[in-house]
Amino acid sequence: MPPATGGGLAESELRPRRGRCGPQAARAAGRDVAAEAVARSPKRPAWGSRRFEAVGWWALLALVTLLSFATRFHRLDEPPHICWDETHFGKMGSYYINRTFFFDVHPPLGKMLIGLAGYLSGYDGTFLFQKPGDKYEHHSYMGMRGFCAFLGSWLVPFAYLTVLDLSKSLSAALLTAALLTFDTGCLTLSQYILLDPILMFFIMAAMLSMVKYNSCADRPFSAPWWFWLSLTGVSLAGALGVKFVGLFIILQVGLNTIADLWYLFGDLSLSLVTVGKHLTARVLCLIVLPLALYTATFAVHFMVLSKSGPGDGFFSSAFQARLSGNNLHNASIPEHLAYGSVITVKNLRMAIGYLHSHRHLYPEGIGARQQQVTTYLHKDYNNLWIIKKHNTNSDPLDPSFPVEFVRHGDIIRLEHKETSRNLHSHYHEAPMTRKHYQVTGYGINGTGDSNDFWRIEVVNRKFGNRIKVLRSRIRFIHLVTGCVLGSSGKVLPKWGWEQLEVTCTPYLKETLNSIWNVEDHINPKLPNISLDVLQPSFPEILLESHMVMIRGNSGLKPKDNEFTSKPWHWPINYQGLRFSGVNDTDFRVYLLGNPVVWWLNLLSIALYLLSGSIIAVAMQRGARLPAEVAGLSQVLLRGGGQVLLGWTLHYFPFFLMGRVLYFHHYFPAMLFSSMLTGILWDTLLRLCAWGLASWPLARGIHVAGILSLLLGTAYSFYLFHPLAYGMVGPLAQDPQSPMAGLRWLDSWDF
Amino acid sequence: MWGFLKRPVVVTADINLSLVALTGMGLLSRLWRLTYPRAVVLFRRIRWQFFVEQNWSSVVAFPEYSSNVPVWSLRLLPALAGALSVPMAYQIVLELHFSHCAAMGAALLMLIENALITQSRLMLLESVLIFFNLLAVLSYLKFFNCQKHSPFSLSWWFWLTLTGVACSCAVGIKYMGVFTYVLVLGVAAVHAWHLLGDQTLSNVCVFCHLLARAVALLVIPVVLYLLFFYVHLILVFRSGPHDQIMSSAFQASLEGGLARITQGQPLEVAFGSQVTLRNVFGKPVPCWLHSHQDTYPMIYENGRGSSHQQQVTCYPFKDVNNWWIVKDPRRHQLVVSSPPRPVRHGDMVQLVHGMTTRSLNTHDVAAPLSPHSQEVSCYIDYNISMPAQNLWRLEIVNRGSDTDVWKTILSEVRFVHVNTSAVLKLSGAHLPDWGYRQLEIVGEKLSRGYHGSTVWNVEEHRYGASQEQRERERELHSPAQVDVSRNLSFMARFSELQWRMLALRSDDSEHKYSSSPLEWVTLDTNIAYWLHPRTSAQIHLLGNIVIWVSGSLALAIYALLSLWYLLRRRRNVHDLPQDAWLRWVLAGALCAGGWAVNYLPFFLMEKTLFLYHYLPALTFQILLLPVVLQHISDHLCRSQLQRSIFSALVVAWYSSACHVSNTLRPLTYGDKSLSPHELKALRWKDSWDILIRKH
Repeated sequence: MPPATGGGLAESELRPRRGRCGPQAARAAGRDVAAEAVARSPKRPAWGSRRFEAVGWWALLALVTLLSFATRFHRLDEPPHICWDETHFGKMGSYYINRTFFFDVHPPLGKMLIGLAGYLSGYDGTFLFQKPGDKYEHHSYMGMRGFCAFLGSWLVPFAYLTVLDLSKSLSAALLTAALLTFDTGCLTLSQYILLDPILMFFIMAAMLSMVKYNSCADRPFSAPWWFWLSLTGVSLAGALGVKFVGLFIILQVGLNTIADLWYLFGDLSLSLVTVGKHLTARVLCLIVLPLALYTATFAVHFMVLSKSGPGDGFFSSAFQARLSGNNLHNASIPEHLAYGSVITVKNLRMAIGYLHSHRHLYPEGIGARQQQVTTYLHKDYNNLWIIKKHNTNSDPLDPSFPVEFVRHGDIIRLEHKETSRNLHSHYHEAPMTRKHYQVTGYGINGTGDSNDFWRIEVVNRKFGNRIKVLRSRIRFIHLVTGCVLGSSGKVLPKWGWEQLEVTCTPYLKETLNSIWNVEDHINPKLPNISLDVLQPSFPEILLESHMVMIRGNSGLKPKDNEFTSKPWHWPINYQGLRFSGVNDTDFRVYLLGNPVVWWLNLLSIALYLLSGSIIAVAMQRGARLPAEVAGLSQVLLRGGGQVLLGWTLHYFPFFLMGRVLYFHHYFPAMLFSSMLTGILWDTLLRLCAWGLASWPLARGIHVAGILSLLLGTAYSFYLFHPLAYGMVGPLAQDPQSPMAGLRWLDSWDF
Repeated sequence: MWGFLKRPVVVTADINLSLVALTGMGLLSRLWRLTYPRAVVLFRRIRWQFFVEQNWSSVVAFPEYSSNVPVWSLRLLPALAGALSVPMAYQIVLELHFSHCAAMGAALLMLIENALITQSRLMLLESVLIFFNLLAVLSYLKFFNCQKHSPFSLSWWFWLTLTGVACSCAVGIKYMGVFTYVLVLGVAAVHAWHLLGDQTLSNVCVFCHLLARAVALLVIPVVLYLLFFYVHLILVFRSGPHDQIMSSAFQASLEGGLARITQGQPLEVAFGSQVTLRNVFGKPVPCWLHSHQDTYPMIYENGRGSSHQQQVTCYPFKDVNNWWIVKDPRRHQLVVSSPPRPVRHGDMVQLVHGMTTRSLNTHDVAAPLSPHSQEVSCYIDYNISMPAQNLWRLEIVNRGSDTDVWKTILSEVRFVHVNTSAVLKLSGAHLPDWGYRQLEIVGEKLSRGYHGSTVWNVEEHRYGASQEQRERERELHSPAQVDVSRNLSFMARFSELQWRMLALRSDDSEHKYSSSPLEWVTLDTNIAYWLHPRTSAQIHLLGNIVIWVSGSLALAIYALLSLWYLLRRRRNVHDLPQDAWLRWVLAGALCAGGWAVNYLPFFLMEKTLFLYHYLPALTFQILLLPVVLQHISDHLCRSQLQRSIFSALVVAWYSSACHVSNTLRPLTYGDKSLSPHELKALRWKDSWDILIRKH
């Protein structure tokens, strides 16, 4: 987008108007609406002077902000129990306060902020957040809710300012603000302890500052230019730090920046040095700065969470040793592996887990019907294996035998402690990776066959050396087939409890998948030695936690025969989400977009595509547009295009995602869609008015149109507000219910 | 009148000998010993577009074709298509306005590419797809070149229409053809946009141009595609092995199979009707509501208790225990009264199991495998505090009005439990041994929206007439009667077939030879198609590694050069003359673009992928190679000397490609038995899976 958009646009729109209808007519229409809005306040400012205009502008902004805050904070404390995902994010906030380590699929910033808000407002982190519907009782939850609502309230003024900047029209901005203020969905989503208000806050902040710096493009390297540019970077870091959905707004800013640089690069009046400066400035503010901030959030995350907690098992042994309370922290275990030791074996690749087996067989048709061997991320007694000599079955823990250490190159047998079956492999296809061999648990009470023999090897070490706990990188080579024990990292279907597949690979490639280390080690005959395990460096921790998150995200697969929300459901507002309550006696909150707003948005997208292509074709045909129309169509194509791009980027990628999707994933896209609606209707009404009538009538048409849209959304909000603020009483199917007539789609179940 | 006698009769034949030679060589390479081997290769898929794609069972033993199968004529079409792709490549490069030399280069590369030869010599679809892809591109280029000098001429129309036809053929063969169709549409759209900007043309003229393109590139393909399916459904009117995938209504429209049974069933379900109920969702397998004498075990493995009532399951086979009787709760008889009283939307019904006369029941007991849902059973009165709750309200999902009658096959219905408002649902879980591994049926308490697993339809239906239980059992064992016929409209059948083909997911498990897209570019994988039953002669899908690597290299060079030129042009430095630049861009858009659209989408696909999915993309890469080479020679070599050296290098490179092709020939044609040592020598990459017999 050429940076001249902002300033140039405004003038191209303003000048002709001035010529035609007298001074400042262009603003007049907008201001008129302003007057309508301001009229509610007791003083009606007289106009004519610039100062009053500025006052009006600020007053309008204040009004919009105030209204937004008022709607978001109204009845914020209800219901006083856990709603929907508050159970997760509230719990994670508590983890921060208690400093226990946990694992989540989202980056930490959002939860950290929630935790901070809770901490500052006097929440002590003792509430358990067990399941939706649990009463908060004496625990202070309003701080966290208030913080989310606070950020959620800023969405409206941000959208207002963005549209104002893109279209230079107060009425368009006002319409957008009204759509968002009066949308029950946005309202509901902002009122609870969730990541979404935080995420949307950063997305909109990034969008606003991007638009602002675009409009500063005529004064590059000035203070406001730097300010907005770096603010964009900060918001991008924030958005990405809350959820990976933030990547979409990064993509949008990236595209905008590339277009911007392309434009500057083609400007032959600028020297290459100047272009280089522009490039450097953007690299600094939009890449380096956000990355630094993003990394900083992780640094804080790891610093705060220093105690062992529920998420340990997802991470490598070295990582766990950092956490106080973990059994690897200041561990004292026997150092060298000996026969008869009880061990857990962990894969070195991130987020694979421990070698595991359990009393379930591979199902029929999948290799041999023997006991499953998998990898499992959680700590579990089924992860325990006993290391034994291949040829004797005598109990090595018998005190009469001397301790014998396992050495590099020894032939061993691994016996599963719980089921007494041996780790076994044979010439059968593995369940998922058909090129590899199947690994099973075989034998009774430790007696199996020669397929149970493995050669234990330490990577890059001489034969005959002892094997160290935690520090030795081990491979298990199957003696008969010559293959290497590894995990493919693929998730087994339901029969394998969605644990990861273990195979024996005939390809002897050196990959982390087939390298293991010994983590826990129990052998009463050996002296315990305190180990200071190699502390992983920060980049390693960072990389590891990202791998774990990505794996966790892709693991959230929908199951067949479950009702799942599909992306095409969302823009048509097909089905909402129950936040709280099911029956008619419950306090029910239902996340559903205000259908009037949403369907208007949907209509607007279609209308926009239609009118946009008509204008584009006309321009390509070289039609001579009157100056007013040209200005308006520029607003439509440039400003509208910018917003439409945002909607596209925040909506369509979901079609390609394999993970479980929920209705609330659409809300960032919905913000963009509402901005588009504001721009479109304002422009269309102006075009209409211009085409139809003489000046006073044109103004009348425009004002009437905008007003009716505003009042319409406000009235629909009045109708649907119980969805957000909560309702008790009969369900909407019941004609007795106050919501009876409002169940416009059968799929809404409130 | 006698004028022709005065002048000699002259036939001017303009024969491009190189084209003829190329065609000849192409035919030779593809048709040579075509009937060898007379065995089914690993992926026998002579199913064309007609048959719903299914999983291959890996054929370990390769069964021979019986002698009456016309192997030669069946293999001829793919082979011909493969052979004709060679001259087509020549034509395309020529139409892109590159030299004869470059065009020859492209064709010769196509000729010696082992993977393309293997793929086109067997009964596989890819070579036909590639042929139509190339045809679409070629005819679009011809059309585009006509556009400059003679729009609306006969040849202009011909090539434009042929583009559309070729596109729809490509899509009709494999859905992958869509990628090339999109590419052609995209290029056509850009050209049309330029046309719009051409202000020397009148509005009417521009409108005609756009209309012609829309008809040829949008309307014709859609109509043709529908036509293919129309012909398919006319030809394939008998029921076959994959019927069960389709809905009951679809199956009923096929001759034989279900139609034989369902033909002449009464249409409207009445109180007293005997019905079988099929789950609409049909996943993991299509199945029917079923019950049998056995009861739920008192205590499950995990210690939870059950109601110990009769099991209700979903059973994937036809069985007499699948019959249910629709009973009016207010009356006692189980026969249809005369006149029959049809069941309507919203009616209360009981479903009585035909063989055991117990009625379908659900109650607030956790289901065996899905503890969040209610158990569904056939009610046995144990005289403990568990009353019968066997009333169900019928909801017709696809009703036209609220008074609709429940119709056989056509109506999709839900059963909502009256006491608990739970919905009868197929959970998809397999019961353990006590339930004979049949599928679990549950009552879903929180049912939201429409989902196939809660929807059922009547498949077999008859009016029950027998009062006595014994008589009824005999009736249930006998096949149903026949008298009305029903037809599904073509469009309904078409859309269902489309939907099933798109939605049918192959197993997410891997095949032995499946691979990931990343492995394709560097040829890290192969597919063993056939192994001689006794010797070690074998056929592999294995590319010419020199061509694959240089193709990827050419693509990278193209991308870098284009970026460089673009940046320079932006600063107003024009390295290339305008026409050379336009040629370069168009060639890139079609060839590099063709590669991208045929390759990148695979990264988003979740189905099992094989190396042969890459072949269409590879063809486009091969087309790009000579284009880049000629460009380097024309524009980057500054002196005559450099040019000569470059040409020499190209010749050396091509001969190495020929050498590689010849070395891999035994694996391409499978005509020679190699010793284990030779085979090991051919295993250039560790990841290639070449079969070596152990003696």
